[in-house]
Order: sequence, then C-alpha cells, then structure tokens
Amino acid sequence: MVAQARSILLTGIAGIAALAPSLAFAAAEGGSSLPQLDWTKFATQLFWLTVMLVVFFFILQKNALPKIEDALETRRRKVDDDLDKASAHREEAEAAMAAYEKALADAAEQAKAIHRQVAQEIAEGATERRSALAAKLAEDTKAAEARINAAKAPALANLQDVVIEVVQDVAAKLAGLKVSNADAKAAVAASLKEKA
Amino acid sequence: MASPLQQFEIHTIVPINIGGIDLSFTNSALWMGITITVASVFLAFGARRRALVPGRWQVMTEMSYEFIANMIRDNVGDAGRRYFPYIFTLFMFILFGNLLGLVPGAFTFTSHIIVTLALALTVFLAVTIVGIVKHGLHFFSFFVPSGVPALMMPLMIPIEIISYLSRPVSLSIRLFANMMAGHTMMKVFAGFVVPLGAATFGIGGLAPIAMDVALTGFELLVAFLQAYVFTVLTCLYLNDALNLH
Repeated sequence: MVAQARSILLTGIAGIAALAPSLAFAAAEGGSSLPQLDWTKFATQLFWLTVMLVVFFFILQKNALPKIEDALETRRRKVDDDLDKASAHREEAEAAMAAYEKALADAAEQAKAIHRQVAQEIAEGATERRSALAAKLAEDTKAAEARINAAKAPALANLQDVVIEVVQDVAAKLAGLKVSNADAKAAVAASLKEKA
Repeated sequence: MASPLQQFEIHTIVPINIGGIDLSFTNSALWMGITITVASVFLAFGARRRALVPGRWQVMTEMSYEFIANMIRDNVGDAGRRYFPYIFTLFMFILFGNLLGLVPGAFTFTSHIIVTLALALTVFLAVTIVGIVKHGLHFFSFFVPSGVPALMMPLMIPIEIISYLSRPVSLSIRLFANMMAGHTMMKVFAGFVVPLGAATFGIGGLAPIAMDVALTGFELLVAFLQAYVFTVLTCLYLNDALNLH
C-alpha cells in the first residue's frame, strides 16, 4: 500500500510539473484555453463514452468473458481430475506394494519353516542311523569276539600239543632223552603254571 | 510551431445534432471505437480456441482476466465477484485507451477531464448505491470514525464526508492529469527537435529525440499504472461500501 501510495503521489507530481509548461503555452498562444475545458464538446464526449462503454461491456459480458472463464474452468477441472486420478493410482501402487511385501514376508516365513522342518528331519534321521550303525557294530563286535573265543580254546589246546612235541623233539635231539608223552605234558603244564 | 495542446483538440468527423445538442462523431469517439474494437479482438480472439494448453495470445487474455480477478479477490473478497465484469470492462477500456493514445497521431480520450470524471462518477455513484442497498441507513455510519472521542465528532464527520466526496475528483484528475501531462511533455520535446537541429547541423536534435524515446517508455508504464490505479481504487471503494470499516 505504501509503495502504491508513493507511486500515485509521484505520478501526480509529475503530472502537475508537466502541466505547467502546457498551461504556459496556452497563455502564450493568446488566451486559447485548454481543449479539455471546452464545455461545448462535453455532451458529445459523454454521449459517445456511454455508447462505447455499454457496447464494450456487452461484448465482454456475452462473448469474451464466458470464453475465458470456460477455458480456465475446463483447465482447472482437468487438472483436478488428473490429480485425483494420480492419487488413485498412487494408492493402487501403494496397495500393490504392501501386498507384494506381505507375500514376500509370507514366503520367507514359509521357507524358514520348511528349512527348520527339514533340518529337524535330517537331524533325527542322522541320530537314528548313527544308533542303528552303533548297534550293528556292537553286534558285529560281539559276534567277532565270540568267534575269536571259539577259535581260541582249540588253538590253545593245539598249542599245548605242539609244545609237548617240540619239548620231546628238543629233549631227544639235545639230550638224547626219550621223554614220554605224559612227562612232557606234565612239564609243560608246570612251566605254564609257573609262568602264570 | 504547433501548440503541444493541439493534440487534445476535438475535431468533428460526422456532425450530429440532436435537439440542439452537439453529439457529433469526433476523433474522441473514433478512438473510443478503435479502443473497444482492439480490446475486444484481443480478448475474444485470444480466448477463441479455449485450448487446454494455451498459446501466447490465450495466455495474455487469461493473464488479464486473472489480474483483475485476483485484484478483486485481494481487495474486496468473494462479495466482489459479482462486480467483476464491470471492473474488468473499466480496466480494459482505460488500459487500451491509454496505450493506443501513445500511437503517434492517435487521440487519447483519457486525457479529457470530462471523460475521466464521467468514469469516476459512475464508479462513485455505483459504489455508494451498492453500499446503501447492502447496509441501508447503516451505511452512513461509514462517516463516523470508530475510536474517536465524541467531542471530536463535529470535526471528524465533516472531514470524513469531504474525503468521501473528493474521491471521484481525485480519481478523475489523477488519470486525466497523468495522461495529459505525459502527452504534452512528449510534444514539447518533439517540438525542440527541428529548431535545435537546424541550429546545430542536426546534431542537437538528437537530445530531444533521445528524451522522447525515454519518455515513450515511461508513458507506457504510466498508461498501465494509471489503469491499474484507477481499478485498484475502484476495488477499494467497493470494499469500503460492502464491508464498511
């Protein structure tokens, strides 16, 4: 408002300043007054001003203004419409995004569950197989031990006979003694007993 | 040398006399006609395509429209929308009258006090009637400033009334004086071109020409500014009438 008041004031001053020479000219021309103050021309100016202003008003009112308003209104509606559409699309996209994220989370959850289950199954299977294997091994060991034990007694008995024969042969070769079977057997038994 | 005031003389083109009153078609009427023709063509043709994406011309018409629409919304509010067509007509008429008056050889009808006074009085009367219709007798409370001691009222009320009554005077003289002064000044400087040039082998004539070039730019500004000021003040008066204080 201040700037506006100043501009009005300035143009007013400029106007008065510039009017001074024109008034001086008017005086110098020998009393011919300002054309603006010639009242005989007032009626025609007022008449034609009224006519022209009324005509102009109706041209604008009936023709120009509705066109401009129509264009502005159409544009405003189109822009609003487009904005509405854009926000609808945006909501749609956001919903799709949420659905996608939910599906992703569900899938991850499911995968984790499957993984857990499989891991558990694998772990259970491994334990089972390990214990079965351990049992089989224990059984085999036991069978092998039994077989060894079974083979051990005759082997030991055979060993005694071999030792007796060796004793008899050694005695015969070294000392020329004929050791009887019974004696050799007793001596081996005594020696074995002593060792034990 | 012709008087710088010669450009303001009114010449009869088609003499018309009705009941002893001279209503001749004059150069003033001619230029009013040219003004409304040019302004109508500018507005109606600019808006004729009603394109969604406007071209340059359409943008100019829409800018003119929204310039006044915003002015009314800012200064008067929504109640002022009803008066848009008249205020817009007034603005366009004065603006194009001022601008076309700058065409060399043209006649500037806004440089005549009787024309600007008629425009200002129309605004003044219309605004006063709007105020009285809207507020009835309460409208006259407009002349009673609020927050002033009762003792001061005999002084304040006449001042307010005088200030109100001087509105059309200041409104019309501002426009008339600005237009007349500008055109006179340009003519005065133009009048110096030949005498100065003749005395200095043509070189001296350049100074007043340069001055006139500068003045032309200044006058274009004044032409717009005065149309704007006239319209803004119309809006402010309308606001006073609609909303009182």
